Amino acid sequence: MRVFLSAVYLFLYAPIALVVVFSFNAGRSATQMTGFSLQWYGKALSNVFLTDALKTSLIVAFTSAALAAVFGTMAAMGMERLGPRLRAVFDGMLAAAIVVPGVVIGIATLVALAGLFGVINPVLAELSSTAPQFQMGYLSLIAAHGLFSMALVAMIVKARIASLSRDIVEASYDLYAPPFATFFQIVLPQLRPSILAGFLMSFTFSFDDFIIAFFVAGAKTTLPMYVFASIRRGVTPEINAIATMVLVASLILIALAWLLMRERKPHAA
Amino acid sequence: MAPEAISDLEFRHLTKRYGEVEAVSGIDLSVPKGAFLAILGPSGCGKTTCLRMIGGFEQPTEGEVRIAGQVVNGIPAYQRPVNMVFQHYALFPHMNVAENVGYGLRQMRPRLPSTEIDRRVGEALEMVRLGSFAKRRTHEMSGGQQQRVALARAIVNRPKILLLDEPLAALDKKLRGDMQLELLQLQRELGITFVLVTHDQEEALSMADLVCVMSAGRISQLGTPQEVYDHPTDLFVADFVGKTNRIPVTVDGGVLRLADGRALPGASALHGSAIAALRPEAIRIARAGDGLPGTVTHRIFLGSFAEYAVAVPGIGDILVTTDRRGATEADLIAPGEAVCLTYDPAAVLVFPQ
Ligand SMILES: Nc1ncnc2c1ncn2[C@@H]1O[C@H](COP(=O)(O)OP(=O)(O)OP(=O)(O)O)[C@@H](O)[C@H]1O
Ligand SMILES: [Mg+2]
Repeated sequence: MRVFLSAVYLFLYAPIALVVVFSFNAGRSATQMTGFSLQWYGKALSNVFLTDALKTSLIVAFTSAALAAVFGTMAAMGMERLGPRLRAVFDGMLAAAIVVPGVVIGIATLVALAGLFGVINPVLAELSSTAPQFQMGYLSLIAAHGLFSMALVAMIVKARIASLSRDIVEASYDLYAPPFATFFQIVLPQLRPSILAGFLMSFTFSFDDFIIAFFVAGAKTTLPMYVFASIRRGVTPEINAIATMVLVASLILIALAWLLMRERKPHAA
Repeated sequence: MAPEAISDLEFRHLTKRYGEVEAVSGIDLSVPKGAFLAILGPSGCGKTTCLRMIGGFEQPTEGEVRIAGQVVNGIPAYQRPVNMVFQHYALFPHMNVAENVGYGLRQMRPRLPSTEIDRRVGEALEMVRLGSFAKRRTHEMSGGQQQRVALARAIVNRPKILLLDEPLAALDKKLRGDMQLELLQLQRELGITFVLVTHDQEEALSMADLVCVMSAGRISQLGTPQEVYDHPTDLFVADFVGKTNRIPVTVDGGVLRLADGRALPGASALHGSAIAALRPEAIRIARAGDGLPGTVTHRIFLGSFAEYAVAVPGIGDILVTTDRRGATEADLIAPGEAVCLTYDPAAVLVFPQ
């Protein structure tokens, strides 16, 4: 049993470890370690195509995560007021949205946006010949990632709302704070860690996503798309360096999110 | 209307239904300004529902709630001049003690100057003897201390009425006693009307000026603690407020008769089957004499007094409590001894069955 378990972990982590190790290789080879060097990190960071892709990824990840944090929280708050029946339906739909395969989300978003642009663009062209035309790019990337992330944030925030005691909200009303003031002074501070956790997870998801981005990116290239494209020309230590940087950034963000979600001091019931 | 006739709190035919369940059934109540009212009753009788209608967390289905003479139906909690001490304290976990206590003052419009807020928060904390705890996080405090923070957070706003929903239920017996005294002192100092919900009859009797005994959504009796204890209006109140021996009797021409035909000292204007109620402390127990003969089956020693269970043939078990004042070791009666019970016939209350 123990051997079996060790084997599973070996298969899981050995490839990742290799990527990290070879990113520090002095030579070109991705199979033979010839010495230690940071040169591939320098190469990677001075590659214009790569920094461009990185910039796209960061913009999309930040914007979609921010939108998801706002609207996901609003959705979670709204669901709190639903009746039990309707709530079960929405709960189910939320969970379903998270397990829908990326391919499906990608195709669905592509088809929906293409359809939408097909309607809007001719109208815009009609209005003025210089009006900008909608096309796949930042907008579609942010929309597709934001939609998925919104469900993620809603799930996380909803769990926190459920554990929030109704008492402290009533205590706030009792102490002359109307609903609006109560939301900002009592509810929001209680939800802040979970909203931030949702934001970080959304950011990580968007930053790492390849499948959905592949469908809706249009002329834009995100970092995972760039990596995929360059791998066709062979695995280089430069790719390993990029992967290692992405890995470390993701781990840090996820660890932060995890800390935020569990850092809840138990207070006397 | 004379000014003293205006009460701080009034219910007029107040009813609350939750779907099929009628939690409060058309009750009328008037509490004079500055009084200490205890709402007492068994679980589920509607005590909390009454309190929540005063606080504005529930709206009445029928009838009205008046605060200082004004109908407050439909007015939300945040516009009512009352404050509540919640059973589980409901302190804001992300604020320290002083921030918790100052919360109500910070919501006031027009805004109060911050020096005024600080001063009043300091005063309130002194009042509940937490002067040195201002910067403490609330989860770093004991239950009794959190309770005091909740109290300070309410009284600092000088409400017309202070609502307390079983505020002492979670505290141990000793601390509860201390807090009862403190609450009482606070109420006398502030002159605010207090409404305390409890299912602890001792607490209600020892603290309140006015006790409202509720049962199944209705008021069974409203009166001073003495009235409620000495002259309960029905068997439910007699049973719920203090301990009572219930003796089934038949009333025949004013005379109480036991099932076996013997006469029981006491009198009643009723006719037919009835229940005679007799407080355990109204009965004297002696090793010999005239009266109801019986045998001690149990003795519970309670420090300052002792409680006996006495098997009386033809009646059953009768509970007797005796004061130990002036009693010697030899006066304590052991289980198995034959005894004789006597009482003042005027102490017997007879209720229809
Ligand atoms: N929100 C609600 N929805 C439905 N029924 C309720 C609700 N709140 C209270 N009830 C019902 O109304 C009745 C009175 O409840 P209430 O909480 O006032 O009792 P209580 O006297 O405070 O009891 P306890 O001593 O157990 O706190 C109960 O039968 C209860 O089940
Ligand atoms: Mg209650």
